[in-house]
Amino acid sequence: MSVWSRISNAVRGGRLNREIEEELQAHIEEAIASGRDPDEARRTFGSILRQREAGHSIRVAGWLESLLADVRFGWRQLWLNRVTSAAAVLSLALGIGSCVAAFRLIDALLWRPLPISGASRLFVLSRKLIGPEGKPIEDRYWATPDFKLMRDAVKDQADLIAISEADRTDITLSTDDDMEKANVVYVSGNMFPLFGLEPALGRLLAPADDRGRSLAPYAVLSWDYWNHRFGRDPHILGRSLHIGDQTFEIIGVGPRDFTGTETGTVTDIFLPLSMNGLATQDNVTWHHTFLMLKPGVSPATALKPLRQHLSAVSRTFELECSTCLRGMTPASIDRYLNKKLVINPAGAGISDLQKDYRRSLGILGLLAALVLLIACVNVANMMTAQAAARSQEMALRISIGAGRRRLVQLILSQSALLALFASVLGAFFAAWSAPFVLSLINPPDNPARLALPADWRVLLFGFGLIILIVLILGLIPALRASAVRPVTALKGGEDPHSPRRLMRGAIALQIAFCVLVLFLSSLFVASFQRLENRPLGFSTDRLLLLETVAGKGQLPVVWNQTAEALRAVPGVNSVAISGWPLLGRIMINSDISINGAPPSPTSAFFLNVSPGWFSTMKIPLVSGRNFRPQDASPGAAIVNETFAKTFFPGQDPIGRTFERGANQPLNTIVGVTPDVPYHDLREPSRAVFYVPFDEIDDKSAPRAVGFVTFVLHTDARNPLALANSLRQLIAQRNNGLRVSNITTQLDLVRDQTIRERLIAMLAAFFAAVALLLAGIGLYAVLNYSVLQRRREIGIRMAIGSTRAGIVRIVTFEAFLMIALGGCAGVALGFGAARSVESLFYQVKATDADMIALPACAILLTTLVATLPAVLRALRTDPTEILRAE
Amino acid sequence: MAKTVALQGSLDLLVLKMLSRRPRLHGYAIMAAIANTSGEVLRAEEGSLYPALYRMEEAGWIRAEWIKKDTGRRARIYELTAAGKKQLGAEESRWESVSLAINRVLREA
Repeated sequence: MSVWSRISNAVRGGRLNREIEEELQAHIEEAIASGRDPDEARRTFGSILRQREAGHSIRVAGWLESLLADVRFGWRQLWLNRVTSAAAVLSLALGIGSCVAAFRLIDALLWRPLPISGASRLFVLSRKLIGPEGKPIEDRYWATPDFKLMRDAVKDQADLIAISEADRTDITLSTDDDMEKANVVYVSGNMFPLFGLEPALGRLLAPADDRGRSLAPYAVLSWDYWNHRFGRDPHILGRSLHIGDQTFEIIGVGPRDFTGTETGTVTDIFLPLSMNGLATQDNVTWHHTFLMLKPGVSPATALKPLRQHLSAVSRTFELECSTCLRGMTPASIDRYLNKKLVINPAGAGISDLQKDYRRSLGILGLLAALVLLIACVNVANMMTAQAAARSQEMALRISIGAGRRRLVQLILSQSALLALFASVLGAFFAAWSAPFVLSLINPPDNPARLALPADWRVLLFGFGLIILIVLILGLIPALRASAVRPVTALKGGEDPHSPRRLMRGAIALQIAFCVLVLFLSSLFVASFQRLENRPLGFSTDRLLLLETVAGKGQLPVVWNQTAEALRAVPGVNSVAISGWPLLGRIMINSDISINGAPPSPTSAFFLNVSPGWFSTMKIPLVSGRNFRPQDASPGAAIVNETFAKTFFPGQDPIGRTFERGANQPLNTIVGVTPDVPYHDLREPSRAVFYVPFDEIDDKSAPRAVGFVTFVLHTDARNPLALANSLRQLIAQRNNGLRVSNITTQLDLVRDQTIRERLIAMLAAFFAAVALLLAGIGLYAVLNYSVLQRRREIGIRMAIGSTRAGIVRIVTFEAFLMIALGGCAGVALGFGAARSVESLFYQVKATDADMIALPACAILLTTLVATLPAVLRALRTDPTEILRAE
Repeated sequence: MAKTVALQGSLDLLVLKMLSRRPRLHGYAIMAAIANTSGEVLRAEEGSLYPALYRMEEAGWIRAEWIKKDTGRRARIYELTAAGKKQLGAEESRWESVSLAINRVLREA
């Protein structure tokens, strides 16, 4: 009670004083009323003022009162310079908001532990090896039989858990006939119990469900899927869902927070591992293998022997696996077996999103931090200038007995006020910007989804950031101010140059950061532009893609008839068929063997296409002829130029033959096309061959096809306008064909550059902010320095200094600092660029224009920022200055 | 120095005692009551009365409230709290042991 009353009294100090005074006056009046002589009564009572002060100090919390006074004083200082203060608050808010937003994204994607018990004991197994293209790669996928051997081998120290990657799968629910997509994940039955998860409804999968294909047809829904697809229908248990020819019974719903182990993707349906046909295949690696240490086992000592044990078990499996090495050359067998098993922490989950965006987010975090630092330097400069202007006031305060601690508190409370306002604004900015940036990672088929809670982790980070900022902003001016020697300061200042020296250093620092931001940004923007303007070699204009599936497969003739039906739709110009779209998710390679020789070390990628495909995609022929309707595969083939160069160097490929692997039927090359990107816009040209869509088996009978992509060229500018009617048209034909996904070729190309667009956009934003802040900072420092040196400039002018001389004096130091800072920035930039080279496309840090661009931008900003100060210096009137002195 | 401490200690005791006999007194009445009951021997110094009252109020031994007097002016009156009653007991026994000790010393001499 008493602490509280003292705190509340501190807030209403004035009222308290009036109350005390009233009580004391009442006392004297009582005394007079009781018959005492008024003068005597007043004299015995003593000084009312002193009594009031004594009473006041008892009834308030002194530290709080002085703090409040400082805050009020700080507020008045800020209010006095409200334009600069507002600019400072805004720039700090932008910096803080960006940093917090970057932290939220990085934390949610890379650091936040999964909502399971024992996340710190969770690891993931992968293998490092030299890939088919000679580069080191990390293979995270495992074959189920191998997994089971390893699981049994280490069951005393750790549990192994198999979890497949989320796969957008076509599912049908029992009630309606429409096909829809859901993220399906296959898990070993021990996952839910080991993660300590409890069902929200029904039961979860258990080890007993790992019985074998078709023995445990049970499905568990994630809470998120149950919520948004079924509206938390409690009667969901027992309903069935169909995937391909399998039917699953829904037996439960997972806990609310758990969305799977693939950070950035929300799992919809969990199925038992053994229900997937791949689970019995020795030579198919398809799921991740997680390792969870038993409680109490120390990772430091246990992981090394575990790794060796697991490595030995897995190698034995692969050596004994009869199907694993079939058809491989000795060199690739050697490469395949010579790999290193590694165990990495996986407490935050693992996903491709993490792999793709780890560096990008790191860079964005760096840019945000640099912008914050630039803003901090700006504000610190502002406060140094203000503190210098107040050195007489500080001297006075020290002379009349202010303690050093009290002075530091005075200035720190001002910077704390700034930081407080800025962090409130920044919090709003971060609350908006983090989900906004996440929403930009939005491939239409599979947008990134991350939980971005504003919990104690974020609060702690924000709080730490604020403390840091307060210290950066306030400490130097505070220490400087408290070091003021009253005598010299009151006499007119000791060294008028010392605050300027500090501020000059700040300019160099600021320019260095700014150049670094600009340099990195120009690299990212140039990368994106070059990627975006890369000649594709095919047209994306008005091309609609219907990814269509047929449950058990359909003969080519059925597909061709459907294509004919689509061609008859008004608004459709031409229709072609390909196995899968260019730049989609699918890429399949094949061994190439020339004249019966063993397969060459490099393989080639292929695509099945109908005769009209090249003209629909507007891919020209360099030589030879197009496919004809009677062509079938194996038989005719069209190859790209890289294929011709790789396998038939210096020869005319037309009429030559190749086989897809040893002892396979011959393909005769009938045409050559230019290179077009096959799977990835960034990759160098690959060897690609095209074969006719109509495939025949060894007995020349047509072969059934399970899925194709219809490529439609439409009249309408927006091809998606036709999507629904085409979907219905295919369903109405009742020949087992169903559209599983509709997209446009343009969207597939755009999806390729999502990451580059994101970084380029944000980097350009940060660059603009950094440039603006640096310009403001430079302007403020120069302006201040001209004001400070008015006397000197006036004297110089009076004794005949030229205008050029004055300009030189005013700007020389600044330009020196800019040159210094610029060089430091470029040097830092080279260092930073090297670590993110993998994010660049056809851009090198050493390209002349990559340095020229930031240099020009900085130079221009400098000129604009120095102009007002120079003009002010030139307008100095010597007579006026000298008279004032 | 020792004298002030003793005085201060006894002032708290006297104020608490007065308030325990007659609750709801204002500052001047407390002072007057002390003077009256002690037969004008003990006079609380007016300068130290109010700081002492505020200190005891912050310590939670007494609580204050403003009342309107018949004259139309306001007065701040004090009364004992539960904690104050406990404190009074402690102060009384402390005073007794101290005065006993002092008497013993005087008799010894």
